[in-house]
Amino acid sequence: MTQTCLTFRDLTLGYNSHPAIHHLDGTIRKGSLTAVVGANGSGKSTLMKGIVGVLKPMAGEVVRAPGVRAAYLPQQSELDRSFPARVVDLVSLGLWPKRGMLGRYTSEDRAAVSQALMAVGLGGFEKRPIDTLSGGQLQRTLFARVLLQDADLILLDEPFNAVDAKTVGDLIALIKRWHGEERTIMVVVHDLELVRQNFPETLLLARQAIAWGETRETLKPENLLRARRFHEAWEENAPWCEPDGHAHDHAHGHDHHGHDHDHHHDVGPRAA
Amino acid sequence: MDALYGLFIAPFADFGFMQRALFGSLMLSLGACPIGVFLMLRRMSLSGDAMAHAILPGAAAGFLFYGLEILPMTIGGLIAGIIVALGAGAVSRFTIQREDASMAAFYLISLAIGVLMVSIRGSSVDLMHVLFGTVLALNNEALTLIGGIVALTLVSLAIFWRALVAECLDPLFLRSVSRMGSPVHFIFLGLVVLNLVGGFQALGTLLSVGLMMLPAAAARFWTVRVEPMCVLAVLIGFASCIAGLLLSYHASLPSGPAIILSAGVVYFASILFGTRGILRARIIHHRHRTA
Repeated sequence: MTQTCLTFRDLTLGYNSHPAIHHLDGTIRKGSLTAVVGANGSGKSTLMKGIVGVLKPMAGEVVRAPGVRAAYLPQQSELDRSFPARVVDLVSLGLWPKRGMLGRYTSEDRAAVSQALMAVGLGGFEKRPIDTLSGGQLQRTLFARVLLQDADLILLDEPFNAVDAKTVGDLIALIKRWHGEERTIMVVVHDLELVRQNFPETLLLARQAIAWGETRETLKPENLLRARRFHEAWEENAPWCEPDGHAHDHAHGHDHHGHDHDHHHDVGPRAA
Repeated sequence: MDALYGLFIAPFADFGFMQRALFGSLMLSLGACPIGVFLMLRRMSLSGDAMAHAILPGAAAGFLFYGLEILPMTIGGLIAGIIVALGAGAVSRFTIQREDASMAAFYLISLAIGVLMVSIRGSSVDLMHVLFGTVLALNNEALTLIGGIVALTLVSLAIFWRALVAECLDPLFLRSVSRMGSPVHFIFLGLVVLNLVGGFQALGTLLSVGLMMLPAAAARFWTVRVEPMCVLAVLIGFASCIAGLLLSYHASLPSGPAIILSAGVVYFASILFGTRGILRARIIHHRHRTA
């Protein structure tokens, strides 16, 4: 029996009417562990933002199965490191889904915070001011916060950046533990070797889904080649995407904005 | 003993207006200083200043129609402040322009309108009064108003504390777990305006922001946590008010600047001697631990 956790329906996400994710369809199975890979600008982070709801879709929708709570670790955190807070204050934010704005933190909660820190190898760091943490330590602190959020759907955007090899191992172990707990996890990763070794499923993005499924299949050389041909830049004057014009080749009769609106719409990235 | 009494106690014991001034300014510190701490932590220190200017046309409108009456001027200031705060806040939230730029644009427009309105009435004495206030002439109405503003501020801070901290510390995270981000930002701007309006009777539009920001800026040098920082800012505010009023009484100085300059002295002392100040960092830290 498989249940879906997330459903993308004709999802288009982007900025200033330029799509970064273009007409994505598909589902994420409950309890799956998916790596999201692709070149810079291929829409990985944008997809994450769309799922968590920070970015509203330009078209289509993301449907979360009812009752699914998401935890999100962004690539570029808007965290203010100069804010006078201790590690424990930062991690405690992860209690928000449980305690909300007004609920008191119990001694149980405090114990949970300590445990979460222990789990990422930062036991005893509670009282450290956050501006004294190294980049990797901060990343692990944020992992501890995700841990504390106890979410069903976990979205990690390039969590292994600026993290040393040993820590990557620790964090992978943590992700696998979550996977074992039937949580649904999506991780944006750049290191394909890491993906091959640790992630059962992969979504290869280049504005559209180039391939999506079992990792070994998805990361086949021909798929990677197609993804690499992906053209990163926005085209300022890219033609408008017609409501039903993306899925199939269509006739050239659209003269209302006629010039250079031609056959870029076959499957795969635009190779312009 | 008598000398000390004469210096520190007698001015307040003997004169009703000094008692009112003390009471009013202490209450103001209680509300404005924690607000100042958050303004500073949100890197909006100068926005407070901008907001203080933005209040002017509203206060001036009240003054034009009703003369030097506290209630119309306060309500006018409140309306003008809220329009500017919401306008600038909305522009920064929904467009690419950052809050500092939108705030500058809004307050400059507002200030120009305010000066224009006061000048229609004529005398520059009036303008001076609106700009610099009179802490020594606080009447019952003004004290009640300040009391109400302080109560509202403290209650709001208690309710929204966690959201406010989260919104400063990690706004993107707050957005991912809750919809409180934008509301809390606007509630906070509302509190800023309220406290500035409360302060402008006593200290004037220009200096009310001083009582908000200087104790907060000074407190930053002493602690690495928000809660103690707010408490310390309030205590510094208290001390500045008492010192400023005494200075003003004994040396016949205008009370507003005397209070703000007292806070300024604490600020400079904090820069030098604070636990995170210059001297500690430069001199005492020659020794270091092994790990």
